[in-house]
Amino acid sequence: MTGHSTYTPKSGFARWLERRLPIIGFIHESFVAYPVPKNLNYLWTFGAILSFMLVAQIVTGIVLAMHYTPETTLAFDSIEHIMRDVNWGWALRYAHANGASMFFLAVYIHIFRGMYYGSYKEPREVLWILGVVIFLLMMATGFLGYVLPWGQMSFWAATVITNLFTAIPYVGNSITTWLLGGYSVDNATLNRFFALHYLLPFVIVAVVGLHVWALHVTGQNNPTGVEVKDMKKETVPFTPYATLKDAVGLAVFVALFAWLTFFVPNYTGHPDNYIEANPLVTPPHIVPEWYFLPFYAILRAIPNKLIGVIALFASILIVAALPWLDTSKVRSGVYRPAFKKFYWGFVFVAVGLGYLGAQPAEGVYLVAARILMAYYFLHFLVVLPLLGKYEQTLPEPRSIAASLGQAATPEEKSHA
Amino acid sequence: MSWKSIVLAAALAGAAPALAEEGAHSQPKPPRQQWSFAGAFGGFDQGQLRRGLKVYREVCASCHSLSRVAFRNLAEKGGPELSVAQAKEIAESYKVKDGPNDAGDYFERPGRLSDRFPPPFANEQAARAAMNGAYPPDMSVLAKARGYSRGFPLFLADALPGFSYQEHGVDYIVALLEGYTDMPNGVELPPGQYYNVYMTGHRIGMPPPLSNGVVTYDDGAPQTVDQYAKDVSAFLMWTAEPHLEARKSIGLKVVGFLIVLSFLVYFTKRKIWSSVH
Amino acid sequence: MSNATKAEPNRRDILFLATGAAASVAAGAAVWPLIAQMNPDASTLALASTELDISAIPEGQIVTVKWRGKPVFVRHRTKQEIAAAQNVALAELPDPQTDAARVKKPEWLVVVGVCTHLGCIPTGFEGEFHGWFCPCHGSTYDTSGRIRSGPAPTNLEVPDYAFLSDTKIKIG
Repeated sequence: MTGHSTYTPKSGFARWLERRLPIIGFIHESFVAYPVPKNLNYLWTFGAILSFMLVAQIVTGIVLAMHYTPETTLAFDSIEHIMRDVNWGWALRYAHANGASMFFLAVYIHIFRGMYYGSYKEPREVLWILGVVIFLLMMATGFLGYVLPWGQMSFWAATVITNLFTAIPYVGNSITTWLLGGYSVDNATLNRFFALHYLLPFVIVAVVGLHVWALHVTGQNNPTGVEVKDMKKETVPFTPYATLKDAVGLAVFVALFAWLTFFVPNYTGHPDNYIEANPLVTPPHIVPEWYFLPFYAILRAIPNKLIGVIALFASILIVAALPWLDTSKVRSGVYRPAFKKFYWGFVFVAVGLGYLGAQPAEGVYLVAARILMAYYFLHFLVVLPLLGKYEQTLPEPRSIAASLGQAATPEEKSHA
Repeated sequence: MSWKSIVLAAALAGAAPALAEEGAHSQPKPPRQQWSFAGAFGGFDQGQLRRGLKVYREVCASCHSLSRVAFRNLAEKGGPELSVAQAKEIAESYKVKDGPNDAGDYFERPGRLSDRFPPPFANEQAARAAMNGAYPPDMSVLAKARGYSRGFPLFLADALPGFSYQEHGVDYIVALLEGYTDMPNGVELPPGQYYNVYMTGHRIGMPPPLSNGVVTYDDGAPQTVDQYAKDVSAFLMWTAEPHLEARKSIGLKVVGFLIVLSFLVYFTKRKIWSSVH
Repeated sequence: MSNATKAEPNRRDILFLATGAAASVAAGAAVWPLIAQMNPDASTLALASTELDISAIPEGQIVTVKWRGKPVFVRHRTKQEIAAAQNVALAELPDPQTDAARVKKPEWLVVVGVCTHLGCIPTGFEGEFHGWFCPCHGSTYDTSGRIRSGPAPTNLEVPDYAFLSDTKIKIG
């Protein structure tokens, strides 16, 4: 989609630099001249929002690391030190903790947008898989970070999640001991979790680089799912058009983020994490952070340890197989009436699993979680493959321009 | 019709009895109190914090530590806002362990502003030994370390501007302090345990700490259990969140500014896009 | 796609300017806490003073106390040391200052024990003037903590301190 550079250096220095390191030309091509479909809606601003959140988390995180102590007897105190004594410490920590929630909120919207408009379909499979890799890295980073305050939820989250690996036959216990650096979650664990929590965001940055690269090779999908045919008519340059639209989305999103940070900063947290970790007492109800709840519900819905762990990981990895599971020739959900119903059913199931993940794993909650989990997997493994073969789809517009009513033929208008 | 409706029906049918069942063997939800620090514009009532400090010092402090609060905090903005001299006087009324001195000995000296409230027990084991096996928790962040869920769908409203409710923890502490009731028939507790409807399992190691008139107020506030409970809970909200007032006042500016910025960016975007057809 | 918009350049300009200004203010305000967090925190500031009982320091002794993470030398000077410090012509000093301006009581000298050259800790009773000698780069100080020779540019710093009583001083 990107043609040859349209950038011509203006100043003498820019010409000098361009011959040696064409970085200005590269930035110009990728973020200024880069053609963007005209018809993108505000759901497409979440890519920029996520980039912002990644930078915000890294910046607040580095700053917090200047005051945090990854040692079991001092970690909880150092957090309270940040909250009480460090200049702006309370704001930085609340921004980082709630930033994680906002980051996940944005990534879920981003993923569900891709699922609705078929953004994973040929030729964007690699782009999609890289996205799933980023999501996995985010989950790992989020989990590692949640352990650092060394509250009760931190400690027991670390214990439960590392114990997932004991489900691996034969070598599970050895792997878990290796992960923990001991026989239980302790100082060695906290220290390495801190090191990894600091490392992984930079790995995310690298994979995001690949994700954006892949995006710029294939070009963006758009609500019609029809590829750009006429660059002149159907696209606008990234700057100022997409940048400003992204800025609108970002400003509203950050306002929401600020509300959470300044007015309900503990809303997404759990009170038990303000109790210092105690290896001898498990809290009566342990729950992960909200963004892990659907997967947690799947883990608990299965009464077998190994199968439960497999289902947990499968529920995430299956998303990466979407490009091949969805057999439909039509890309965008806009033109797939039956798909739309199942899509919203899937959204309901995902949210429902999230709700059930926070409830005690007993009685009807367990039954409901099993029903929803069954649909979760059926949606990927049965519904999408069959739907593509048997669904009666609506005719797609011939082009983006046609969908915008430009040079639309009478025949196309009659479909509208 | 489709899968969706079946799943929906199943989930809804399941939810109702589950909620009813849960209610039977758990604690009641604490009643919601009126707090000066609730809501986006809320701030502490200094008089109430000072009374709460008095209740803490005269009642709670004999068992509960407050080890993350420094005496200097008492004179800081957004708290009880005592004068520096008053804070110093309180600091000096405590013995603080220090050392080693030049002879290599640990010694006790009067507290300074930079010291934190010294704990009533040397360590957890000492506390348990003295307290019949119970360990009185540190109170510094207690108001944030306690809470309850209001359940679906009210918990969603708790986050919303205008409805936001973040006082679960203080409400719980008030309820607990007032939650000592006569034991229902058939319930028996081991010695050293007390019946409290708001405690998990209804048994608590703490004897009822408050009674009317135990603390003398000099500002004319009623000297009742209810008033003591509210005052000390408000005080604990401050110890848990000493920058609450700054947070809310800065937050108002930040959110207000971002709303204005959103509109400005939106109109700029419209202007720029107006040439695109 | 056409970029030309001729209509009302004024209102357009004002809008762009306002948006740009507001965005810059937002960015600036967001950066400030990131910078301010590196300043000393409230608990560090609260520890900024140290009290010391000087009754146990015999004449001719130097006691080192930690104040803000740095050593402070409290020197109980002998008669000879006081005389040596007082009987110096100001013209001989690289950083002229009378001894009287550096002490509150002649027998007690209180200085920050950090060489003004590059921050090493000078050793007591050493050097040509029997004040201090800095082992790093050879600066010598006299019994008033004044620089006499070597690369250090200024005298040892006198911290804020006060005699709370005859036997107690408070530094900071």
